[in-house]
Amino acid sequence: MAEGLTPGVKRRTWIRGRQWPYHISLIVTAIVIAFPLLYAALIATQTNTEIFAFQMTPGSALQSNFDAVWFGRDFAGAMWNSTVQTILVTTGKTILALLAGLAFVYFKFPGKWIVFFLVLITLMMPTEVMILAMFRLVSGLGWQDTMAAIVVPFLASATGAFLFRQHFANLPAELLEAAQIDGASPVQFLTRVLIPLSWNVIAALFVIQFVYTWNMFLWPSLIIRDESKQVVQVALQTLTNIDGALTYGPLMLAAIIASIPPAIVFLLMQKPFMSGFAIGQQK
Amino acid sequence: MLILGLVVAAVLGPLYVWWQNDNPTVKRYGIGSAVAVIGAAATPFAMGRCAFNEGTSGVDHLLAYSLMAGGAWLALMIMQALFDRSDGKKSDSAAMTGEIRTGGFRLGWWVPWMLLSPTLIILIWFLYLPAVQTFTLSTKLTKLGAPKSVDVCFGNFTELLITDPWKLVAYPLLAIAAVYGARFWLGRSERGTWNRKGAEVASMFAMLSIFVAMYAMFSPGGGGQVAYRPVYLNTVIITVGIVAFGMIGGLAVAYLAFRKIRGGSLYRTFLIWPYAISPAVAGVLFFMIFDPTAGIFTHTMDVVFGIDVPNYRESAVLAQSSIILASGWKILGYNILFYLAGLQTVSTDQIEAAVIDGASSWQRFVKIVLPALSPITFFLLVTNLTYAFFEVYATIDFMTKGAPAGKTSVAIYEIIRIGVNNGDLGRGAAQSVLLFAAVIAVTVWQFQTSGKRVSYGGS
Repeated sequence: MAEGLTPGVKRRTWIRGRQWPYHISLIVTAIVIAFPLLYAALIATQTNTEIFAFQMTPGSALQSNFDAVWFGRDFAGAMWNSTVQTILVTTGKTILALLAGLAFVYFKFPGKWIVFFLVLITLMMPTEVMILAMFRLVSGLGWQDTMAAIVVPFLASATGAFLFRQHFANLPAELLEAAQIDGASPVQFLTRVLIPLSWNVIAALFVIQFVYTWNMFLWPSLIIRDESKQVVQVALQTLTNIDGALTYGPLMLAAIIASIPPAIVFLLMQKPFMSGFAIGQQK
Repeated sequence: MLILGLVVAAVLGPLYVWWQNDNPTVKRYGIGSAVAVIGAAATPFAMGRCAFNEGTSGVDHLLAYSLMAGGAWLALMIMQALFDRSDGKKSDSAAMTGEIRTGGFRLGWWVPWMLLSPTLIILIWFLYLPAVQTFTLSTKLTKLGAPKSVDVCFGNFTELLITDPWKLVAYPLLAIAAVYGARFWLGRSERGTWNRKGAEVASMFAMLSIFVAMYAMFSPGGGGQVAYRPVYLNTVIITVGIVAFGMIGGLAVAYLAFRKIRGGSLYRTFLIWPYAISPAVAGVLFFMIFDPTAGIFTHTMDVVFGIDVPNYRESAVLAQSSIILASGWKILGYNILFYLAGLQTVSTDQIEAAVIDGASSWQRFVKIVLPALSPITFFLLVTNLTYAFFEVYATIDFMTKGAPAGKTSVAIYEIIRIGVNNGDLGRGAAQSVLLFAAVIAVTVWQFQTSGKRVSYGGS
């Protein structure tokens, strides 16, 4: 109890007594959660024969499975397509959201609340419920099998605009006064003052959008029919059948490869992601 | 028949004005009446009054009346918001949009519009326009890629519902009566008595009755009707399963992992990483585990327990469970992440006090931790629901493709099956409108509840 009475001491731990039961239960939980991926990693190294024999040690086929996936099925091409799509969407979305946040917080104009509601209401309009009409619309534009079809419709987001609005509104108002005295334009104010103060929020939005875009499945599966233009999540589907038979090894390897970029982004940016989220939660 | 509906609107409009305003002027009663009539007339006239043509059924009329009521209600809500603005009641749009107190830059009027235009153009073009088109498509029979279409009015909707209009009215009314009855009983009962316990059980059943009523309203098929009842049931089972598994599991793991412990942040990383995994990859991974010939699950059950597990794609229960397990596993990381953040805010003082009072760890969890987490729980409930409605598509596509006999075909999967695979855009759009209604219902419920039931704690 004494440590709790000392001001400035770090948060008390709630663990009294032995720690090892917690260590053991956490390790077990982590292994249970990781099991599907560990199992897939094992299968990814095996041939079908080894898989059917339920061999529990790494197999002999990692290299040939990789060749079958990466070169045989041009998974590299799909990875490239997903990378381009994800970078374009995340960058575009961040820029558009920054501009919208700037307009909402630092400008006063008639009709603002109507625009605000127009953006707010889109929060309850998921793309999936209008996907058939959107498919017809985007096909009508002649965008089938193009990068535009999987990038342009996703460039605007209410989430991003509101995240920046929230963040900017919590910054001191004196920033603007100082910038106005210096005669800065809105764009200069954005790039020189706001963006340097917003890296946490930008990082949070980046992680969310990166994972969201990279993992997109339904829309590209409808609008992209040309295999060479396909994104990685949908390209996985073609791997369920190689040479007329189901080959498990290459499919598992491809699933793991497809998960590496979002996993890296998520793990590297965990800290800013969490602190950026805390800003979004402030009332 | 249409006139009758408009007359009812003209009467109910002023009633709404009387209910919402303290001392309304005669002018406002008049405005209320007119606005209600306009709101009610909007949909039937936009649809060319087709629901009241010759040869239409009672169900057509019923749907038209429901839309009229909805239109009138929406118009009255907007009117009330404008009344409140002019009364100076809720006109704080500056605070709402986060505007800074100095009013910001003083530049040309077009500058903010230029900043907002990219966002607005894309939202209108790729969100509002397809939303409107979904509604227009839902009243037509049209094939994908074919230029011709036939107007069928509510035909795409009536074929999803039972054919008896009286039952269609009675079921939702009974469910609503049950909900309000239970709420009334709750209000009358004292906290901590058996009466209260009874009221709580009753209100749980009343909530359940809404889902039962909807089940009864959808058509079981046959007689030219589409069997939508099974799709509804599959959606409810799989959605509830995913949300329950994902949230209870997420809370349990987070409660284990949030304590200060050596290597804590490393453990956390190893618990939340499935957030980055896609629903498609989750489908692939569990496709492997449950594979009837090569999967570890069937093999282990056979070798270790001597149980001969049937092919999961041929058993409704196993197929649905495997989808729930795969999707629940994927959303687990997300839930753990947010529960960990939420648990950091739980007051340690309260816990200390409870320990001194001799509360058991379970009591501490239920009485202190759970209420403190309720804002996060509520937030997660809504995001998990959205996930279970839509993202589950990829998982299903990899694992079961709707098999066996459509038992894992949930609403979104059915929309694509009908609309794209069968190329039946109109019917698919009608089912999309139903899903849209469900999303709106969840959102409205979210807005209503977030201010009321959820505890935001003392600080």
